[in-house]
Order: sequence, then C-alpha cells, then structure tokens
Amino acid sequence: MSLETDRPAIPDLQDKARVLRRHIIEMTTAAGNGHPTSSLSATEVVTALHFGGFMNYDASRPDWPERDRFIMSKGHAVPALYAAMAEAGYFPVEDLLTLRKLGSPLEGHPNMRRLPGIEASTGSLGQGLSIGLGQALGCRMDGIDARVYVVLGDGEMGEGQVWEAIATAHKYQVGNLTAIIDQNGYQQTGATADVLDLTPFAPKIESFGWHVQTINGNEMSEVVAALETAVAITDRPTAIVAETQKGFGILPILEEVGDTNFHGQALPADIAEKALAHLG
Amino acid sequence: MGIGEKSGLSPGPATRDAFGKALESLGERFPEIVVVDGDVGNSTRTEAFAKAFPDRAFNVGIAEANMVGVAGGLASCGKIPVVASFAAFLLCNAYDQIRMSVAFPSQNVKLVGSHSGISIGEDGPSQMGIEDVALACSLAGMTVIVPADGVSTAKATEAMIEWDGPMYLRLGRPAVPQIYSEDSEFTIGRANRLHEGDDVTIIANGLMVAMALDAAAELEERGLSARVLDMHTVKPIDEQAVAEAARETRAIVVAEEHSAHGGLGSAVAVAASKNVPVPIAYVNTGDTYAESGDPDGLLEKYGLTTERIVEAVHRVTAR
Repeated sequence: MSLETDRPAIPDLQDKARVLRRHIIEMTTAAGNGHPTSSLSATEVVTALHFGGFMNYDASRPDWPERDRFIMSKGHAVPALYAAMAEAGYFPVEDLLTLRKLGSPLEGHPNMRRLPGIEASTGSLGQGLSIGLGQALGCRMDGIDARVYVVLGDGEMGEGQVWEAIATAHKYQVGNLTAIIDQNGYQQTGATADVLDLTPFAPKIESFGWHVQTINGNEMSEVVAALETAVAITDRPTAIVAETQKGFGILPILEEVGDTNFHGQALPADIAEKALAHLG
Repeated sequence: MGIGEKSGLSPGPATRDAFGKALESLGERFPEIVVVDGDVGNSTRTEAFAKAFPDRAFNVGIAEANMVGVAGGLASCGKIPVVASFAAFLLCNAYDQIRMSVAFPSQNVKLVGSHSGISIGEDGPSQMGIEDVALACSLAGMTVIVPADGVSTAKATEAMIEWDGPMYLRLGRPAVPQIYSEDSEFTIGRANRLHEGDDVTIIANGLMVAMALDAAAELEERGLSARVLDMHTVKPIDEQAVAEAARETRAIVVAEEHSAHGGLGSAVAVAASKNVPVPIAYVNTGDTYAESGDPDGLLEKYGLTTERIVEAVHRVTAR
C-alpha cells in the first residue's frame, strides 16, 4: 500500500520505471508478440501512480472496496500494468513471462475476470473512460473516497464514446476521476497527426469543464507534479495530457532498427538484448 | 377481432408500463438498483424509479455507448444498474459496449429494451428492434427474456434483479392482453404451458403469446388441439419443454415479433434438433425491415397474426 505522506524520491521512481521497462521488453519478447512500444510510452504514468504514493491499493486484497482504481483503456499497453502489478505483489514477477500464453491470466489485453486487480476488461478502444466514470460514480454513491485513473491513447481519442464520457463526467461533476492521455503521437498505421488529428487535446477537454494539464509524460518529476495537482482537485474531473514518445527508454535502439513506431510487435531476441543493455 | 379476444383474455398494460411500475416498487428492497438512462426514461418507463430515487438515476444523454460503459463501471462497484433504452438503440448502437463492458466481464448489468418489434407502429423501422434478440443471444453468458404480459413482466423484472449476471429484458410499446394471474409462476429458463394439446405445439413469446392462445382456440373449433408454450426465456431456452413438445405433439410452430434469424425460432430449432427433431414452421417478420403505419396494420402486413399461426399449424402438421 502506498501513502501520500511518504512519496518516494524522483530518482527512485525513475529506477522503478526502468525496472518496469525491463519487464515490458522481457515479457513481450518471451511472448513473441504484443505492444512493447505503446507500453513504454506510458511507463512513467503507470509507475508514478502505483509507486509514487498516489494510488491506495492492497495487492493481497484486490477487491478492497476503498481502493483507488486504475483502468488501462488502451488495453494493448497492458504489459506496463502487468509489470507494475508484479512489482506491487499481485502475482510473482516470474509470471510475467507467461504473457499471452494459453492458460495464463496475463492475456494480450486485460481480462478482469481472470486476473484479480484488473479493474476493467479492455481492448476495444474507447470504453475505459465510461467504465471509470461508472466506478467513480459508484464510489461516490457509497461515500468511498477513492479515485479512478484511466489511461487512454491519443489514437483512442478518435472514439466518440470517449467524448460522451468526458461530457457526462462534467455533468455529474465527478471529482474523483482522472484521465491521462498518453499522447505518444503514433497509432497503428502511422502518426496520429496524419490519421485523425485531434490535437491540441487540452482546450477541447477544457471546453467540457474539465481541469486539464499538459506535461512531458516521460519526465517523472512532471508526472508526479501533475498528479499532485490533479488529486487536489475534487470538484470536477481532471485530465493530464501526457506528451510521450512511443518506445521511450529504448529509442536509440529503435532508431538503429529504423522503426521508431514499432507498433504491435515484440522486439526480436537480439534487439531485446540490446534494449535491455541500454536500459541497464 | 382484437388480440386475445378469441381466447377470452382481458386487456392489460403494455409490458414497458408493467416494468416501470415493478422497478419502482423494487427500489426500496434493492438499494443497489441504479437506473442509467439515455434520455428516453419517459418512454422506457424508468422515469418512475428516477423520480422516486433521484440519487440512484443517471440520465447520461443521447449517448448509448457511454451509457452502457457507465453501467459496467457501476456494476463493478456492486450496484445493479438497469440500463433501459429502445431495443434497437440499446442492442444495435451499443453492441460492442455491451460485449466489452457487460458480457465479457460478466457484469451484473440489466439491459432493458423497450419498443421492440414492429408493433411500435408509426415511428417506423429505424425505431423497431427486430434483431435485438439475436444480438443479445449471441453474447456469451447473456440471459434473454421476452415476457408476454404485464403480470409476467413484473415477475420477470423482480427475477431479473434477483438474478446475478448480465441479462436482457425485451419489452413492447403497445398495451397487450393480460395472460397471467397474479399467483402464476415465473421461473427464468422454464417455459409456461398455457394451453394443453396433443396435435401441435405453438411456442411463442412477447406479443405473440396472446395470438398463439387465440390460434389454439380457433384450432380447437376445427378439431385440432394445440399446446401453447410461453417461452419467455429465449436463452437459456427450456430444452426439456421443447423436447417434450416435440415428442408428444410431433410438430412445432414458433411465433415471435422478431426477424427470421437468430431469435426464438432459431433457439427452438436448435433445441429440437438436438433432442427430438420434428417439423417446425415459423411465424416472424421474415428477412425484411417493416415500415411506418398503424400497429395493427403492420402486424397484418408483416405476417404476425393469429391467422398466420393457424396457417403455419396446418402447414406443419401436414408434413
């Protein structure tokens, strides 16, 4: 369990993010497929939430009603979450290597019925924020002081349902919901700017009555500062537009390969080895 | 002659009205019930609950996708969300959300689709849910119920709230005859035998149950005895009742206010073929969209009448 009072130092969180990145590469390369680069862009956010004293949870009691909730709406980036859950003690770290294998609860996209601690089954994009909104409302109805964090992709913002949820969260002044948009700039077939450019996100979301911050989402100190601001706001929903880089942490290796998007594929063993060496 | 007259049924409320009343009356007993509305609460009749329990009702606007997702989130907090919209908009507009946020995670969400079938009349085919049962049945773990009258709708509503798991309850817009008495049985997954007969079995649900009873009365005058089953639960279907009907009456007619594909007809055909294959004839809206018009005229034009059921009985018993 993490408490706000003993927030770890930024270098310690950066080191935890490094550990998560190693897990992400190891598990996806062992699986032979998956989305390592989409997971790597969100690693600072996932790390800060789980280990930076923001989320209250108890890995031994995943159904603890008072817990804060985390939803990976961009479900393909779930390796980042699995890595955090393993480090948090939800399951043994060795289990990460069962990712995507028959019989493993660590499925290609999160499945809440198979892995305790997963708060929403996602993988069809656009749906996590609505589920998170429902959970935020449910907690509020029960007088539970819990916050719901939802990580969305920038490509995912093309889904109309996301904007339905943004509007509705404003209507009900849901002050315990925080959306984090992992703006890594790429989606399946190329740059998000070329596919369906919805940037800048901040003024659009602000116009729905949300509190919005835009930060460098791969800079741990900025992520921590933005989350500190967000959790202090309880009278309306909050969003953090986290400008990130897909594959952050191993970009020099991806540049060497000549594909910095590297969407939806695991690193081959030799490149994974280089990437791990690069991470240290 | 009006629906239900031939079989001596008295008039009753629309199933949506009975649902709205029942839901409100369950609100005290089940504090977990929460209504999530897509701004059609005065049509689906969740309005009464929302007025009685304003803190437990959310009108999320004309946004069915978000509506279903929010319900999934509420269910994961232990609530019993009742999501009501027109059958067409709920199942067709929010199908992936029902799949991802309700069925796949097996959330305890109650989906209620009103204005099903063609009997909504003048508003026309865009508003008519004629494929909703097929869509709902295709979702793993989804229970699908189509009650026939006000009394059984009230009982179905209570059973739905008591049931743990995702469920679809299909309701209609027009008033329908009262078939059941207050002390009648309603058990999810168990068909009700409403008329005894040995020559053929008419299996129906929803609005078509009253017509099936009319058809049985008419057939009796012609010397044919028809068993009538109210198959209110399409999924899981009462396989035993279908097998008994097949074995004992050797012919089946299925009548439903739905398209020809994937509804009660398909469910009965599968159940019969697994156990006791017999000739089956089907009364439904076929493979077409209907049109605007008065409900009675539409039912006549698109083949949902007592006469069509009687014809189907003659056809199937001659095979």
